[in-house]
Amino acid sequence: MAEVNLSAALAALADNERQIQIEAKDIRELFRKLEERYPGLEPVLKNDVAVAIDGVIYRDNWSKELPDDAEIFLMRRLTGG
Amino acid sequence: MSAIAVSTTINGDEVEFLCQAEETLLDVLRERLGLTGAKEGCGTGDCGACSVMVDGRLVCACLVLGAEAEGRSIETIEGMANGDELHPLQTKFLEHAALQCGVCTPGFLVAAKALLDANPDPTEEEIRFWLAGNLCRCTGYDKIVRAVQDAAQELRGS
Amino acid sequence: MSFDAKYKAQDYNSVGTRPVRPDGVDKVTGRARYGADFNMPGQLVGRVLRSPHAHARIVSIDTSGAERLKGVKAVVTAADLPDLTNGDQTLFDILDNCMARSKAFYDGHAVAAVAAVDAKTAREALKRIEVEYEVLPHVIDVDEAVKPSAPVLRDDVFTGGVEPKPQTPSNIANRSEFGHGDVDEGFAEADVIVERSFRTEQTHQGYIEPHACVASMNPDGTADMWVCTQGHFVYRQNCADLLGLDVSKLRVTSSEIGGGFGGKTHVWMEPVALALSRKAGRPVKIVMSRNEVFRASGPTSATSIDVKIGAKKDGTITAAQATLRYSCGPYEDIWGEFGAKTSFACYGLKNVKSVGYEVLVNRPKAAAYRAPSAPMAAFAVESTIDELAQKIGLDSIEFRIKNAAKEGTRSSYGPVYGPIGIGPTLEAAQNHPHMKAPLGKNQGRGMACGFWFNFGGQTCTDLNIGSDGTATLAVGTVDVGGARASLSLVAAEELGIPYENVRAVVADTASLGYNDMTDGSRGTFSSSMATISAARNAVKVLRERAALTWDIPVEDVIWEDGCAKATDKKHGNLPPLTIADIAETAGKTGGPIAGHSELVADGAGVSFATHICDVEVDPETGATKILRYTVIQDAGKAVHPDYVEGQYQGGAAQGIGWALNEEYIYGEDGRLQNPGFLDYRIPVCSDLPMIDTQILEIPNPNHPYGVRGVGETSIVPPLAAIANAVSNAAGVRMTHIPMSPPRILAALEGESEG
Ligand code: FES
Ligand code: FES
Repeated sequence: MAEVNLSAALAALADNERQIQIEAKDIRELFRKLEERYPGLEPVLKNDVAVAIDGVIYRDNWSKELPDDAEIFLMRRLTGG
Repeated sequence: MSAIAVSTTINGDEVEFLCQAEETLLDVLRERLGLTGAKEGCGTGDCGACSVMVDGRLVCACLVLGAEAEGRSIETIEGMANGDELHPLQTKFLEHAALQCGVCTPGFLVAAKALLDANPDPTEEEIRFWLAGNLCRCTGYDKIVRAVQDAAQELRGS
Repeated sequence: MSFDAKYKAQDYNSVGTRPVRPDGVDKVTGRARYGADFNMPGQLVGRVLRSPHAHARIVSIDTSGAERLKGVKAVVTAADLPDLTNGDQTLFDILDNCMARSKAFYDGHAVAAVAAVDAKTAREALKRIEVEYEVLPHVIDVDEAVKPSAPVLRDDVFTGGVEPKPQTPSNIANRSEFGHGDVDEGFAEADVIVERSFRTEQTHQGYIEPHACVASMNPDGTADMWVCTQGHFVYRQNCADLLGLDVSKLRVTSSEIGGGFGGKTHVWMEPVALALSRKAGRPVKIVMSRNEVFRASGPTSATSIDVKIGAKKDGTITAAQATLRYSCGPYEDIWGEFGAKTSFACYGLKNVKSVGYEVLVNRPKAAAYRAPSAPMAAFAVESTIDELAQKIGLDSIEFRIKNAAKEGTRSSYGPVYGPIGIGPTLEAAQNHPHMKAPLGKNQGRGMACGFWFNFGGQTCTDLNIGSDGTATLAVGTVDVGGARASLSLVAAEELGIPYENVRAVVADTASLGYNDMTDGSRGTFSSSMATISAARNAVKVLRERAALTWDIPVEDVIWEDGCAKATDKKHGNLPPLTIADIAETAGKTGGPIAGHSELVADGAGVSFATHICDVEVDPETGATKILRYTVIQDAGKAVHPDYVEGQYQGGAAQGIGWALNEEYIYGEDGRLQNPGFLDYRIPVCSDLPMIDTQILEIPNPNHPYGVRGVGETSIVPPLAAIANAVSNAAGVRMTHIPMSPPRILAALEGESEG
């Protein structure tokens, strides 16, 4: 069971939940389950979200596994210069 | 629109071309003669990317008219190496990694050669002030100055 | 495909050395071809007509005069770039920025374009296009734009991120908030609180090469483009989307790029060149003038930032808070959000809150500029931190070390940090000889820290072994400053062959799979990962071929020093097969030998830097001279140390320009007054000292060699480091960047009056 933290902007699309408990083995499954529970998240999950797993930010690798007890943080995707 | 016929010498070769009155030497070199080594960074004499030598004088080719080349001797980056032997400045720029994107490099090399031709043993400050007309946005100039110092030393030693 | 990217300690033969770059000779002889150095047969000259108004409704455009001019082959307006964006707001904003639709939003906004047989005709044609404008009130200043009295740029933008949803449109496009704990409680615990407001002015990336492209569109729907870009795959996608082309029919070749720093990460006039080519039926070349680069290609945000930090007498920070307003130009973006995220990222804080606002103003669409948004936030926060340290009576490095984020710290932007490197950079600064260099009259020393996220992303790489055992490496990430050298080193390392035997090229969009652009410091991080993976795949094939040749099981073949060796004694003393031996007979053992890699390089890891700077301030003129400058930054592993140092030095120099000189100056009429290098003064050689660098190598656990991105962090600390140095030299706290001589003089006078 992973504890998923949402940034304020994302929480607004998920019934204002800042912390969600979800059972998921990787980012793909996490997103699928989030979408099912909070349809409002769907458009942003497609392209606009990065996932921090224990502090390391993943933007694209949806196959990244979520270790047990990992700290998961969802935030807006970033770009650079 | 009558074109002007110009005869000039570029990197030791006699060259003839036609150009319009308002065309700059930089336009002529780049667009008529295929010598694209000199770059246009500003077109207003502020960046030095277009540096060339006209009769032994360092100029911004964007501020000289093509027609003014008549009867003169022009040197560009394309003529700096001697056949396949690079000029020591070119070698030192490579060894010191004095270029990142490299778009400023032809201008710096032409300007630095003009410096070393006139002053074989410049101080760091002299190098910095001489090259102040050439902009580089990538390197912070550190490695450029070192490359010029090293090339100067090598040229003096040989 | 899964690739094990875990870091493994090892000794290196090639990686970490400093050979000459493979593209070097072309660049010192003038042969390298940049954006403007390419031509196509029958090519026309494209020119863009730009709005002279900061804010105006476009009532009508009459192009007939231009069309009648002899030599004009096409004229386009927004009508020739119909909206195909399908509700994608980001894409629509890019389209609207390429060619204004109903309104011109800034001085320099494109409204029409022509293609003609030569430059003279094109210029004349622009004069014959008649645009009727209804000039509207404009707003340039970020603080003015958020006032209720300000003219509102867009009637379709309502502030996001606030509850309840607003009913009236606003120049504040979005609000975002980060942090944890309770700042009010934290401030109540503080013994000392410093609260200040800061401003930074808008600056430009200032690449020396203006945007340039040649576009050619054929009647059968195929198209080619040659362009200077940080990401030709992204440009292909943008252009295909905006023009309704099949992605694979548009082939984009990236030229050598004369600097980008974020400014060449999305399209500007490239779709316009394609539209002109489509209409004229001939190739079209557009090269921006420097004036256009300043007026119409992306500068960074102007900002206004309020910071409040409180600490106990023992130096523990109890609370930190910031409100950050970032200008975006006319389109919503996430620059304020970046500022809010990065502002306190260096510190471990119990109570922290940062709020970012995206502010629309009548300035060009802001683009990323090297660690976008972080330098301004760092300026405000690191200035306040320094002042707080002084008030408490602690050394500024000590104070930072005491509060620095560590492994396990909850970052101010949310996640908890893994192993990170701010502590080591601070300790290195503490022990650096620079800290002991003597200071004279009117001189001062300052230091500051900086933080940046780094990114990885999609990467595709091909490695082919030639018949003589040399290798070619085709990458899809644009080489902005020595990447081909670094990647050749990596390929040489993996294959066990000399660096000289590898040739790296940047492949066009038809030759490789998709690659993200070179931004977010990802170039070397992700392409080196893909190169390692491709090379390991090639080695696998090489081993198989050796096994075939020897007729032994492949498991008994290892790869060592560029040779296949049989491990098991039972195979007798088989002499090793070199890569050249195997390559020579490849045609007989199964055909060409290659390794490919397609991967998502993720886990780039955050990066920290500490800068130290000494300045001298002339009290008569207010001019500041940089005396000494030191950059200390973690590179994970420096693949080619020369180019890592170069990134550190270049970022510092850009930061110095930003801190002391560079700014967009607008007139009352909303027009940019300094769109040229004469009046927008970037640092020249005589402005700077040598820039010392110290590379720390704390391996990144998510890269086989431990590499981290290094391109951006170096621009984050300079604004603050210099402001702190100036304040120590002159005895006044500078709160407005750039610290130009008039601003410093005014501050000095204010001080003596006060
Ligand atoms: S192009 Fe001539 S000085 Fe800049
Ligand atoms: S190396 Fe890029 S401008 Fe000098």
